[in-house]
Amino acid sequence: MLDAAENQTTADGRQIGPVVMDLKNITLRFGGVEAIKNISFDIREGEIRAIIGPNGAGKSSMLNVISGFYVPQEGEVWFKGYRRGPMRPYQVARLGIARTFQNIALFDGMSVLDNIMTGRLNKMKAGFLSQALWWGRAEAEEIANRAQVEKIIDFLEIQNIRKTPVGRLPYGLKKRVELARALAAEPQILLLDEPMAGMNVEEKEDMSRFILDVNDEFGTTTVLIEHDMGVVMDLSDRVVVMDYGRKIGDGTPDEVRNNQEVIDAYLGVAHD
Amino acid sequence: MAETARPADNGLQSIPALLARNATSLGNRPAYREKEFGIWQSWSWSEAAEEIRALALGMLSLDLAPGDHVAVIGRNRPAHYWAMIAAQMCGAVPVPLYQDAVAEEMAYVLNHCGARFVICGDQEQVDKVLDVGDDARSVEQIIYTDKRGMRKYDHTRMNALADVQAEGRAASQRLSPELDRRIAGLDYDSTCVMLYTSGTTGKPKGVVLSNRNIIETAKNTSEFDGLTHRDEVLAYLPMAWVGDFIFSMGQATWSGFTVNCPESAATMMTDLREIGPTYFFAPPRVFEGQLTNVMIRMEDAGPVKRWLFRHYMAVANRVGPSLLDGKPVGLGGRLSYALGNLFIYGPLKNTLGYSRIRVGYTAGEAIGPEIFDFYRSLGINLKQLYGQTEASVFITQQPDGGVRSDTVGVPSPGVELKIAESGEVFYRGPGTFVEYYKNPESTASTKDAEGWVATGDAGFFDEGTGQLRIIDRAKDVGKMADGSMFAPKYVENKLKFYPNILEAVVLGNGRDYCTAMINIDLSAVGNWAERNNIAYASYQELAGHPQVYATIKSHVEEVNRSVAEDPMLSGCQIHRFLVLHKELDADDGELTRTRKVRRAVIAEKFADLVNALYDGSASVYTETEVTYEDGRKGAIKATLQIEDAAVVPGALQKVAAE
Repeated sequence: MLDAAENQTTADGRQIGPVVMDLKNITLRFGGVEAIKNISFDIREGEIRAIIGPNGAGKSSMLNVISGFYVPQEGEVWFKGYRRGPMRPYQVARLGIARTFQNIALFDGMSVLDNIMTGRLNKMKAGFLSQALWWGRAEAEEIANRAQVEKIIDFLEIQNIRKTPVGRLPYGLKKRVELARALAAEPQILLLDEPMAGMNVEEKEDMSRFILDVNDEFGTTTVLIEHDMGVVMDLSDRVVVMDYGRKIGDGTPDEVRNNQEVIDAYLGVAHD
Repeated sequence: MAETARPADNGLQSIPALLARNATSLGNRPAYREKEFGIWQSWSWSEAAEEIRALALGMLSLDLAPGDHVAVIGRNRPAHYWAMIAAQMCGAVPVPLYQDAVAEEMAYVLNHCGARFVICGDQEQVDKVLDVGDDARSVEQIIYTDKRGMRKYDHTRMNALADVQAEGRAASQRLSPELDRRIAGLDYDSTCVMLYTSGTTGKPKGVVLSNRNIIETAKNTSEFDGLTHRDEVLAYLPMAWVGDFIFSMGQATWSGFTVNCPESAATMMTDLREIGPTYFFAPPRVFEGQLTNVMIRMEDAGPVKRWLFRHYMAVANRVGPSLLDGKPVGLGGRLSYALGNLFIYGPLKNTLGYSRIRVGYTAGEAIGPEIFDFYRSLGINLKQLYGQTEASVFITQQPDGGVRSDTVGVPSPGVELKIAESGEVFYRGPGTFVEYYKNPESTASTKDAEGWVATGDAGFFDEGTGQLRIIDRAKDVGKMADGSMFAPKYVENKLKFYPNILEAVVLGNGRDYCTAMINIDLSAVGNWAERNNIAYASYQELAGHPQVYATIKSHVEEVNRSVAEDPMLSGCQIHRFLVLHKELDADDGELTRTRKVRRAVIAEKFADLVNALYDGSASVYTETEVTYEDGRKGAIKATLQIEDAAVVPGALQKVAAE
């Protein structure tokens, strides 16, 4: 096992840094139901970390714990060397954690550009009056933020729908806009909840390329939940496997693939 | 530009020389614009000259030798035009390639020209060149424009274009004398560019065009249309196509006008509207597509707007073309037209991005008379030209005031024309190509000792106007079993003028009667289906719908009536037809990259359909292999109906009797 502070270079030459988030003995209950049972794992800087598992395994709950939306009843979340207490969502966002949702959560009536601009909200410091009058700090800020958003639009190749209302876009593009909005916050950890659900092969290929490019270009640490095994095994550096709220595997795609417990969970096993 | 003397006398014997002149005389005028990050970025001629020189120096430091070939693969971007000029400065030959070509097509061309340097637009193109790998050993250096996704690649023989420029700037002191020596070595006979023809048959051929070809042609045609440095063009057509080279490179450097590059292929229409070019070229299908769009959207408009549109389009049809040609028009007509301009034509042209067009050209295929007249009646000076790669585009073009939809114009300045016994059109002129690269046999069979080049098209001079009319590809013109003339393109064009029909292939050479395979236009037919509550799940299902068949049948029968009017061609009426289950596609080899039908490929691939068209069966089951965009293959299965269409019998008998 690697030392928590040690750096590592992957086979394709990417740098993986020290542990940035450490989850220790997390248990999450909803009433009498234990969604997550005593799970520990870590996330290293610059890696693509996948969480996989059958339906109802607790993957999305885990993501919500990472994002701070759920506060676990037991266990500790350590982020960048500090133990994180209960937080409000905007505080988490300020810490540099951004996410996309399993069910797209964009503002349908707003243009793609405006939707992505909302991702910059945390970077805007100008006061109400200045914003309303478009004067002084607000103007300079908006221009700087727009420039950043335009870079992301260019990066994700959505120039042609810049001014299109999101409600008119097909599903695959909405997913891309959601990714763009998350990127606009310049996150240190990017959480993707089933970024490829419901996409066709071509859209999946595009999305995979974007995820790799984001990781490569901005060095963004990425945590993703995905059902498509081919995608997960190709994309991720390390994989956590969950089943019924427990962690049953953790390691590189190859290690996970050969883990008997994982094979049983996925293929089913005869119980005597 | 006011130079009336021959360009060579002014020392303007190369594109780099023209660039230097523009940097001096038009220093602050915009030379290139590109929309990036949502804003139009622009470079003046002097800034562009500096960028290009830096790139040329950088390429020198990478050891680009005179006579080398530099392949350029990417979308229209200023950097790619600069790369071509920079290559010329180093004494090398730029070879722009189609960016949507698949790896094997690219391998052939890279091998054939032995390109040592390849300029790639982005990661996708780099991957293709690397994929080709051992099939193109000549490639030594890859320079890419867009850095994204390129970090992990092995950079021992690869550089970002901006880095090459930076290196060039750093090495300026050391390499400038050598670069200046090479630029001075360029003359009128050195190669300006090599362009590969897409070729409806066989392997692509490398057409070598000299500085003389490009600059003389650019000069003559710029004067023909009075182009100046104030003009604006939108560079959106493939860089590998000779037209783009002439417009965005030859005429742009000669006249010093501004070349505008769209943000991406998908934003072209928005960018067109923002720029409002004054000089514009588009193949007929672009104009057709826009007209279809306008009509579809007008059907969704309110009754008042619809009435206004119909009323004023009728006015435009009546007086518009005459006004454009400067013919006399009554005061009432002028007033109505002025009102129409206020309510309809002005806003419509603005929406289309055509408000400022002074000179517009279309070519490549025949354009439907209704479509042509629609644009002209709006006051857009749309004209036709006829040309090919081997002529540096221009063979004939229509002068202002002499525009018709069925002719292609008078010979371009300096071009001579003659028509052979067989009806084939021959030309020679200043733009006539030097040779096919490494292919003396083809050169000899195309260009004779006196410089006459066979176009491969059959045509004649229109008696009334003296303008050239093209009937069809000479080799496609054949004979039916009864000896009457078979001109498939002539009939196909008539079919394609219907918005519902995207593509048509007419068969009948050596047969008793003609048949047709037809592609529906998904946007037009899909819209119609939506309007009529016809549900469909796929292209295939829509194409096979009985009501779609009925509509297509009515179009075919109308075409038959129109074909029957021409005694020479009345044998070409379509007796049976089918609607194809897939769109003809360049990726499947059925069309060329410039979307021309490859008859031999289609005849072979759809042999079962051709048989069914002639053996009298009412339907046919078929499986067709298709290639997806990522190169994988799949199969489409379908059962296609074959319909009989009514023909006009009188004309048939008349021809038979002759």
